[in-house]
Amino acid sequence: MQITQGTFSYLPPLTDEQITAQIQYSIDNSWSVQVEFTDDPHPRNVYWDMWGLPMFELEDAAGALDEVNRCREAYPNHYIRVTAYDASRGRQTTALQFIVHRPAEEPGFRLERQESHDRALRYTLHSYAAEQPHGQRYHNGSGDGG
Amino acid sequence: MASPEAPEAPEAPPTGPGMREDLQEKASTYGRVEVDERFADLDDPLAEVPDDAEADLGSVINDSRVQEVLDRLDRELVGLVEVKRRVAEIAALLLIDRVRRTMGLESEAPTLHMSFTGNPGTGKTTVAQRMGEVLHKLGYVRRGHLVTVSRDDLVGQYVGHTAPKTREVLKRAMGGVLFIDEAYHLYRVDNERDYGQETVEMLLQVMENQRSDLVVIMAGYADRMNRFFSDVPGLSSRIGHHIDFPDFEVDELMGIGQLMVAQQNYRFSPDAEKAFQDYLSRRMEQPRFANGRSVRNALDRLRMRHANRLWEAASEEQGRKVTKSDLVTIQAEDVMKSRVFEGGEDTDEDTDGAESR
Repeated sequence: MQITQGTFSYLPPLTDEQITAQIQYSIDNSWSVQVEFTDDPHPRNVYWDMWGLPMFELEDAAGALDEVNRCREAYPNHYIRVTAYDASRGRQTTALQFIVHRPAEEPGFRLERQESHDRALRYTLHSYAAEQPHGQRYHNGSGDGG
Repeated sequence: MASPEAPEAPEAPPTGPGMREDLQEKASTYGRVEVDERFADLDDPLAEVPDDAEADLGSVINDSRVQEVLDRLDRELVGLVEVKRRVAEIAALLLIDRVRRTMGLESEAPTLHMSFTGNPGTGKTTVAQRMGEVLHKLGYVRRGHLVTVSRDDLVGQYVGHTAPKTREVLKRAMGGVLFIDEAYHLYRVDNERDYGQETVEMLLQVMENQRSDLVVIMAGYADRMNRFFSDVPGLSSRIGHHIDFPDFEVDELMGIGQLMVAQQNYRFSPDAEKAFQDYLSRRMEQPRFANGRSVRNALDRLRMRHANRLWEAASEEQGRKVTKSDLVTIQAEDVMKSRVFEGGEDTDEDTDGAESR
């Protein structure tokens, strides 16, 4: 199951060329670009780990793509996304955010039903990968730490 | 300056008079080169496109607007004939490459890393700036901005500090020109644990693998750069163009001075011009003469003396008016007050001293 979230979630995975074009678009809008990664891709998990600092002084997307590639190398079995922040209103607002890398195998989620009062049902998502401790999920390759 | 049309392009006939008229029409079809359509999608162009296939070289040259940049370079930089010729040659090569590509004649992008050697104030930074512009117009670099750094920006203070710092700078320079001033400071022969080594290795790698992403220009004094190149094997060969910036002659310095004066909306009186020429030839003999930079500093001092003269005249005589011509004209006496004329030394740093006489 392929997990999708963020901008362009309806599209097939972006190629490097398309990623570069999106980053360049962000830079041209003076948004600062940031690379983040996680192995807990639950849609409500907003706390992804930062890969380095946001890149504030870029002129060209090649530098950011380098960082994406370095992150891919270090965390081949994590989800990696690029976030563009728009600071023009005086606060860091996410203007654009898309996944640029995903583990080769994604076990996905199951739906959990909880019997509640008066025969009411509560639903929640359970990530198969998240059964493993942090850093050992999606380990068809190196079990690198997070 | 050598015209970019001059190098032989085997697939293009020499531009004739008819072609020039043609250009005006083609101005709208930007950058397009006429290739016979029958041959457009064949696999082996060298064999399949006939040798007499035509490309409209003139219109490519016109459309790239590189001539404008080169003309401006010619106009605004005095002297530096060799340097300008080299810039024009690089421009020609890139343009012809572009035309060749429209015919399917692929060739590897040339190595455009450069080293600028010369004494202080000979225009290395200025040319580097223009180089970014030229390369951008020719589509060799994507953005064409200049990032100027020295050792402090690249080399860290402790273990593990250097690589992120260097990478940060490289990232910023991507798509443009990275100008490393006094590059020889990166490598210290006497200390093999110096972190500069790490920077040099990263630079070498990027210069080799990411040639399309950025152009590295290293600058510094000729003798120390040569020593640097012999200390770091593999660096010299990755630099395609070694350009030497000669010292300026008096006439050239005078030309620079006049350009600067005009840019700042001043002018020399005829006497002041003679005096300034005299000043320059004396100043050149003195130590720590920094070519164009010394001219700029001398002019700053002239402006101060000029302002001071007007001030004093005004305070001596109440109600005195200044005319526009007073405000604009630098007189001979402003120049003659320099210490140089009294056998003293004029330094670039000490502006107060020059005023006190």
